[in-house]
Amino acid sequence: MSTSSYLTISIILFSIGTIGFVVRRNAIVVFMCVELMLNAVNLAFVAFARHHGSLEGEAAVFFVMVVAAAEAAVGLAIIIAVFRNHRSIETSDADHLRL
Amino acid sequence: MESMGSHREIVDASLAIIPLCPLVGAMVAYIVGQKQKDLAGWIATAASTLAFLFVVKNFFALGTNQVLLDKSFVWLSVGNFSIDFAFQFDHLTAVMCLVVTGIGSLIHLYSVGYMAHDESRPRFFAYLNLFLFSMLLLVLGANLLVLFVGWEGVGLCSYLLIGFWHKNIAFAGAGRKAFVVNRIGDAAFLLAMFLIIMNYGSLDFMALSRVMPGETSEGLATLISVLLFIGATGKSAQIPLFVWLPDAMAGPTPVSALIHAATMVTAGVYLMARLNFLFEMAPLAMLVVCMVAGLTALVAATIALVQNDIKKVLAYSTVSQLGFMFLAAGAGAYWVAIFHLVTHAFFKACLFLGSGSVIHACHHEQDMRHMGGLQRVMPFTAATYWISTLAIAGIFPFAGYFSKHHILSALEHAGAHNPQLFPWGVPLSYIATFAAILTAFYVTRSAAMTFLGSYRGHAHPHESPWQMVVPLVVLAGLALVGGVFLEGALSLQHYLGHAIPVGDVHHGESMASFSFLLNALLHSWPGFLGVGLALFLYTQAKEIPGKIARAFGPFTQVLANKYYVDELYGAIIVRPLEGMARFLWKGADQAVIDGSVNGTAAVVEISGELIRTTSTGQLRHYGFFMFVGTLFIIFFYMAL
Repeated sequence: MSTSSYLTISIILFSIGTIGFVVRRNAIVVFMCVELMLNAVNLAFVAFARHHGSLEGEAAVFFVMVVAAAEAAVGLAIIIAVFRNHRSIETSDADHLRL
Repeated sequence: MESMGSHREIVDASLAIIPLCPLVGAMVAYIVGQKQKDLAGWIATAASTLAFLFVVKNFFALGTNQVLLDKSFVWLSVGNFSIDFAFQFDHLTAVMCLVVTGIGSLIHLYSVGYMAHDESRPRFFAYLNLFLFSMLLLVLGANLLVLFVGWEGVGLCSYLLIGFWHKNIAFAGAGRKAFVVNRIGDAAFLLAMFLIIMNYGSLDFMALSRVMPGETSEGLATLISVLLFIGATGKSAQIPLFVWLPDAMAGPTPVSALIHAATMVTAGVYLMARLNFLFEMAPLAMLVVCMVAGLTALVAATIALVQNDIKKVLAYSTVSQLGFMFLAAGAGAYWVAIFHLVTHAFFKACLFLGSGSVIHACHHEQDMRHMGGLQRVMPFTAATYWISTLAIAGIFPFAGYFSKHHILSALEHAGAHNPQLFPWGVPLSYIATFAAILTAFYVTRSAAMTFLGSYRGHAHPHESPWQMVVPLVVLAGLALVGGVFLEGALSLQHYLGHAIPVGDVHHGESMASFSFLLNALLHSWPGFLGVGLALFLYTQAKEIPGKIARAFGPFTQVLANKYYVDELYGAIIVRPLEGMARFLWKGADQAVIDGSVNGTAAVVEISGELIRTTSTGQLRHYGFFMFVGTLFIIFFYMAL
């Protein structure tokens, strides 16, 4: 398969993630959309790595995965904390820092 | 002309102790006074007396053709220009110091009685001692800069003491007026100092007296002299800067006696005597001095004729007498100016303290129309006031006769000394004689209105306490015999001759001879005329003064309003300045500066209000903006 096919899928995934992030209010879904975007980027990295025959892109992917794992841990903890306070995980309810 | 500094022997001495006495006294009096108010006055008096004793010690230590020098420390040193904080004690300084600390001590003692019931007397005595400290710096300074520090210090103390009763807005305003008017003169003084530094690289009196006569053009000498004289007109209340002195009477009466009659206001005369070598090179400046002084002596004396406030009479009298001193100095007879300075200090301090005693007795009544007949209840005050009146009138053998007589003869011979003065000397001596008649008249008028006749007020006057009477008696004694002593026993002319040029010393006939007595009594005619006329008009023919006043209605009006000088200055200087200040306040400060500061704040506030509408607290909105922003950045870079 050609590199452009991978990139097309990457773009589609990233767009779905972005739209989901902007449109949805459920924090878990928003969170999943972020993961979707991260993985779209991973896919683009790997595709370019194969295209150029180098390993840098694949190395970058490992970093992204590590960060994503850490982010998942912190993010879920925040969501649980928000839920405990608001009995809701709607992002639109968590606007207390607004003046 | 031979410079005076070259052949004098310089002796090291510790002089700093003299001004330090009142400085320490001021601090101790203030601090101790916080707990023990009555002690403050005695501490200040003791400090002042101690300074007097040190002066007396140095007076006897000072030998012929010697000058005592105390180079305390190097004050500033810039490149090859340096100034020492140095004190110098020569025969001129000795006379000044004796007057300042001697009369100062008496007035301190008097103040203990006068201010006995004032709430803030520790502050008063601290200021009084601080004034003495500054005045001693002024007369002891060995260079112009130390003198200037004292010059400014006495101005500050004068301001503080005029406005001593600062809760009265008018009194505080009088203090401010004195300060501001003095600053105008001080600016000229500073310019003169800059010129001297620029041309000679030194401010030291002895160095200048060596350097200046050789290498000064007449133009430069005239410029410096005139600038210094403008400084002197501020401090010594001459036309055009005399307006602050009458207002300075707002201060407590001992202050008027010490600062605004006996010592501070004579600083300008001292300055001229000290820098005589400079003024000698500027005959034109001397002419200016004489003209201004003659005009001041006459104008102030005429204003004093119609004042009804006893202190105002004495204030204008002081302005007029300072004019006499400058007349002598301008005629080149510096020792005569100092002579009159000393005798004037005796009798004017006595007159002021006498008026203070009267005001004290009449419960702060100052209007002479509400006094009268006080001779019976206040015998000491009355007797001392009368003695001083005869002294200021210039009647032999009182102190004023000798100095005034010397001033008149110095003016008559001024033309020979200074060609610029040639056509003016004799007319000036006539003006001075006329002013002397007026002087005798207005002072006698004030004495007659206060002490003779019957009492016209509503208080219950009484003689003052001993602290006030003792200084009066001592000063009256000095006013009585001081002239004879200075003329005969001490021979002031000969004594001052060790420090300043005095012309030929006359060893005339002895004062005991019959012809001398007759001559002296004949030369007292202006005094007899003025005193006699005033006594006649204010005791025998009481209706005549009113008639005269009405006959010369407009002129009396002008005199009563002090020639409208205050109004004139108000119209041409004060009000335009106020207008400008108001414009700068409203137009520049409030509109432009405040406007730009407040405008900045307003811009920030409005833009903040706009931007906060985008801060919704909704995570998805922020995500959307982030996405759009990222897109924007990417497109921006791709477009490049």
